[in-house]
Amino acid sequence: MAALAVLDYFWVVYRRTWRGSVMGRFASPLMFLGSLGLGLGSLVDSASGGVNGVSYLHFVVPALIATQAMWVALGESTYQVMAYIKWNRMYRAMLATPLGVGQVLFGHLTAVAAHLSVASVIFVGVCAALGTLSGWGLVVCIPLAVLTGMAFAIPLFAVTATLDSDEPMSIIFRLVVTPLMLFSGTFFPIDSLPVALQGLAWITPLWHGVELCRAAVLGGAGPGLVAAHLAVLLAYVAVGAWAARRTFTRRLVP
Amino acid sequence: MSDVLVRARGLTKRFGDFIAVDGIDVEVRPGEAFGFLGPNGAGKSSTMKMIGCVSPVTSGELQVFGMDPATHGPAIRARLGVCPQEDMLDGELTVEENLWIYGRYFGLSRREARARAQGLLEFAQLTDRRSDRVEPLSGGMKRRLTIARALISEPDLLLLDEPTTGLDPQARHVLWDKLFRLKQQGVTLIVTTHYMDEAEQLCDRLVVMDGGRIAAQGSPRELIERHCSREVLELRLDPVVSATGTTGAARGVELLGEAFGERLGERVEVLPDRVLVYTDDGEAALEAAHARGVRPISSLVRRASLEDVFLTLTGRTLVD
Repeated sequence: MAALAVLDYFWVVYRRTWRGSVMGRFASPLMFLGSLGLGLGSLVDSASGGVNGVSYLHFVVPALIATQAMWVALGESTYQVMAYIKWNRMYRAMLATPLGVGQVLFGHLTAVAAHLSVASVIFVGVCAALGTLSGWGLVVCIPLAVLTGMAFAIPLFAVTATLDSDEPMSIIFRLVVTPLMLFSGTFFPIDSLPVALQGLAWITPLWHGVELCRAAVLGGAGPGLVAAHLAVLLAYVAVGAWAARRTFTRRLVP
Repeated sequence: MSDVLVRARGLTKRFGDFIAVDGIDVEVRPGEAFGFLGPNGAGKSSTMKMIGCVSPVTSGELQVFGMDPATHGPAIRARLGVCPQEDMLDGELTVEENLWIYGRYFGLSRREARARAQGLLEFAQLTDRRSDRVEPLSGGMKRRLTIARALISEPDLLLLDEPTTGLDPQARHVLWDKLFRLKQQGVTLIVTTHYMDEAEQLCDRLVVMDGGRIAAQGSPRELIERHCSREVLELRLDPVVSATGTTGAARGVELLGEAFGERLGERVEVLPDRVLVYTDDGEAALEAAHARGVRPISSLVRRASLEDVFLTLTGRTLVD
């Protein structure tokens, strides 16, 4: 399997950088849980008795699992991809060998999925260890978070391959990602939003990932709704993969 | 297997309206060192990328190892070693890691890739730097590592795109030595360069490219004989006098033109500070110049080089 050879590269890179990476993965749930779960949570619970009948901590933690996956995906699919295209040109080095664009892309995306898995396992593990939540629903959140992350990462691979500089990336972060985090039902249910903003949440991957994780932990979503959320995320993955293959080919094999 | 490794007929590469390679015919035979010589933007790298199957052919015909890059890219690349213009190494990884991981892309097992890396470390004289990160290495070391990496698949054909650009003279000579050794081992080399001495040192045959076309081809010696004189007389004239347009250079050129034009039909080229006389007998030309009253600041008689051919064919205008 040629993709395994590509993974060897990412494995060696990871062995060199894993310490910093893993420390970050632990820090992120601790900060989110500390500030939102405990800080904001106690305020919400004492003021209104929680959200939709559950404590704010239980409401927010599954959503944070999906949201952290989005952040991890961003890190791995913007500057990283730009680096391999433009800065150290690793993709081009790979493509001078028998490997093709599809194999290089598949290998790198598999590495991103592995990063997402490690980050999500750590996030869920920290949540469980702090006793905020428990049960199998939390475990189910891990693959759901990976899927949510890939629904961001793969289309972003496609977009990054069309960029000449990293400047637009900060715009993506400011104008796309931060609003997404704020308006995708992570911190409050989207039915508190005006209808127009609700529509925005429906078409972006994060809300679907948040709803799936929340359903896994708190229950209460019918199979039809779950299937619809999964279908949207899978559509992002599929269309993104098609687009990424095209933009990568155009960029790297001109 | 035919006796031609690379065969191009009317090979063309277009990027939108820009024609990078304009219908070239080339044949590279096993065991030879073949050069693409030309100024920046002549189409050398575009040609190399098409041969390396990392850039699709726009039109014309190209066969590498008798196969079509459009349909057999991976099979062709499996037998190629590529040393690109930029090193494309991962500076965060060690010398050794950069080598063996590249071997994995060719389907080598980890054990085999690591074993081959040992031999190549020695070849590249990098054994004592094997565990060091690549980033702080010198340009020459990185280049040697890139060439060593290109050899990990034991290729039949090695593509070198400007292998010594940016290196100091010592590093260049070490590299030429390495490449010469490879050639003796039977590896076919295709080299692009804009260094004439490199082409003369390395290439059995070469083509001079300009504006996407082939301007001339042959062995370095043939090219010099066909497109240049045996010797070149360089006369350095007083730039101040020549600028004021009185005597000096202007008058000197006139006299030279008369002297050689009438007598031998030799070509005279006027540069801002020098006059070049292409002649088969430099000393006689110098005497003739003196006889006509030309008083250069300095004069030099030298053998014609590939550089003279190159400038004759591609002109002196700066190409960016």
